[in-house]
Amino acid sequence: MSEKVLMKGNEAIAEAAIRAGCRHYFGYPITPQTEIAAYMAKRMPKIGGCFLQAESEISAINMVYGVAGTGYRVMTSSSSPGISLKGEGISYLAGADLPALIVNVQRGGPGLGGIQPSQADYFQATKGGGHGDFHLIVMAPASVQEMADMTAKCFDLSDKYRVPAMILADGTMGQMMEPVVLPEPVDYCKEKDWAVTGTKGKRKHNIINSLYLKPEELEKINFERFERYKVIEENECLYEEFMMEDAEICVVAFGIASRVSKNAIVAAREQGIKVGMIRPITLWPFPKKPFRAAADKVKAFISVELSMGQMIEDVLLATECRKPVTLCNRSGGMIPSPEQVLEAIKNAAGGNK
Amino acid sequence: MAKVTFDSDLCKGCGLCVDACPKGIIAIAKGKINKKGHSPAEITDQEKCIGCAFCATMCPDCVITVEK
Amino acid sequence: MAIVFKKPHALTDAPFHYCPGCTHGIIHRLVAEAIDELGCEGNAIGVAPVGCAVMAYDYFACDMVEAAHGRAPAIATGLKRTFPENVIFTYQGDGDLASIGMAETVHAAARNENITVIFVNNAIYGMTGGQMAPTSLPGQITQTSPYGRDVNTVGYPIKVSEMLSTLDGPEFIQRVAVNNVKNVLAAKKAIKKAFQNQIEGKGFSLVEVVSSCPTNWGLTPQKALEWVEEKMIPYYPLGVYKDRSAKKEEK
Repeated sequence: MSEKVLMKGNEAIAEAAIRAGCRHYFGYPITPQTEIAAYMAKRMPKIGGCFLQAESEISAINMVYGVAGTGYRVMTSSSSPGISLKGEGISYLAGADLPALIVNVQRGGPGLGGIQPSQADYFQATKGGGHGDFHLIVMAPASVQEMADMTAKCFDLSDKYRVPAMILADGTMGQMMEPVVLPEPVDYCKEKDWAVTGTKGKRKHNIINSLYLKPEELEKINFERFERYKVIEENECLYEEFMMEDAEICVVAFGIASRVSKNAIVAAREQGIKVGMIRPITLWPFPKKPFRAAADKVKAFISVELSMGQMIEDVLLATECRKPVTLCNRSGGMIPSPEQVLEAIKNAAGGNK
Repeated sequence: MAKVTFDSDLCKGCGLCVDACPKGIIAIAKGKINKKGHSPAEITDQEKCIGCAFCATMCPDCVITVEK
Repeated sequence: MAIVFKKPHALTDAPFHYCPGCTHGIIHRLVAEAIDELGCEGNAIGVAPVGCAVMAYDYFACDMVEAAHGRAPAIATGLKRTFPENVIFTYQGDGDLASIGMAETVHAAARNENITVIFVNNAIYGMTGGQMAPTSLPGQITQTSPYGRDVNTVGYPIKVSEMLSTLDGPEFIQRVAVNNVKNVLAAKKAIKKAFQNQIEGKGFSLVEVVSSCPTNWGLTPQKALEWVEEKMIPYYPLGVYKDRSAKKEEK
């Protein structure tokens, strides 16, 4: 077992990626994720890996596409405006069924927005993030430890299902320092029968491609891919329940919002309000099951978000609108305070008249 | 002695080989139509072929094989 | 009698979808011949573009990757950084390489990325039906320059070989044409050198091939080749624009 070290979230992702066997990183500078690139720039040359600062996010994601086609583990990281640029390549990765890890350390938007933490790329991440019918596996860390663990997990799932994976973090998660136990270095199977490696004269050529000019062919491929998505939805949903046993109010929050919410929940409990939290860990697949169960028990849901309210739509869908769902949010790089969340909990409990 | 063969089914009748032939012994077979709906190129006088492969060099569809 | 000319091994049996007289077919064959002669088919990975040559992945018998429009050099970079011993090439048209993919092209060249780039310049967007390209000639009539390319409003064509040869990075830049036998043979030599350079670890090698588009130029295949000779080549002079190793040897 590795010992605990104190690390920034961004650096924990970088080191965990290396330990997961990733030897190729391509990126383009953007705040607040630049530590990932800086860490890779230092480490990769020492371990025979490749760090390359691309000329743009578009180039970076296409370099990722090139490596992904070989079956080797590869990643890129960026922040919101940069992820928009990567959208093209992400769609191609999905269309060509290539595994890869994309890290989005979100900042406020739209447009150039700001550089403070945000969760406003939820729609972009969970509903596709590019043109066409596809999903990414999306995980939302709430601690530096999870930044590291999810990196390893994302590589594994992405490989297993041939679906690109995204870590949807935010500026706070990226910048905060916490003790972390880094995952043990692992090896993984680089030999994939679909990969381009050179035929060596031993097989027919492999083609990495997302073009299907016959609509019936493209439809078939899309249906097959969505069958795979179904398997992921059945098997890979992750969530945390906090004080939900007797809860009458259910807070829903991920990432930094879930940490703020925990403080508010503890404070509310001290005031006698029975409140708990469901924290989706995978944002896609969205863990619907605990919401269906909670909808039978609780009086109301509160979606706490660093956005104008995006995840709330999935909460409404998952609860089938059986109970009221309210929004407690800040936007533009602002973070809800525990007091604000506590007020929202009191309101939901009927305490504030 | 040289021999040129055309894969007539794949020929698109573009005629670039006709212009390239230094002996002027390739022509588009006006009366014929291949599977693709093109009138293919054909050799009119095999005896005169010198096997220079200029026709094949200019053929965009790799339909010409040259033997010498 | 022995066979002196046949379809190269590095091409599959799939018939080309190109229009009659389109010189893409010639250039495909030259690339495949170079691969055959260098014996690197089993080691080669090609990157196909978006545009008329989009289905090049069906035609080359080596492993292939289909790129997003203009991104082939970035993808080739990823491939080469994973497998430095493999032979990685891109095959790109003028819209792909010199318009939407200009950044990828310039930076791959500046990094002297050890890849081979085959750049087909036919001064038009073929696949989308004949729109103005970054290399369309002044005055050239296209679907999106119906009154002729007006350099006062849309600017001048980009001379890619000249421009890239100003960079310190690239190893080898040559412009060739495929409008007659002599030029095709010269093109073959340049393409083979561009692959050979990579195998020898020399770095970024680009061959610009001045090519024709009979369909969208509205000319017969023969007239199109005449147009290459009379209009294209005077604007895009053939020749070696950069050859760092040759220069070193001279010294």
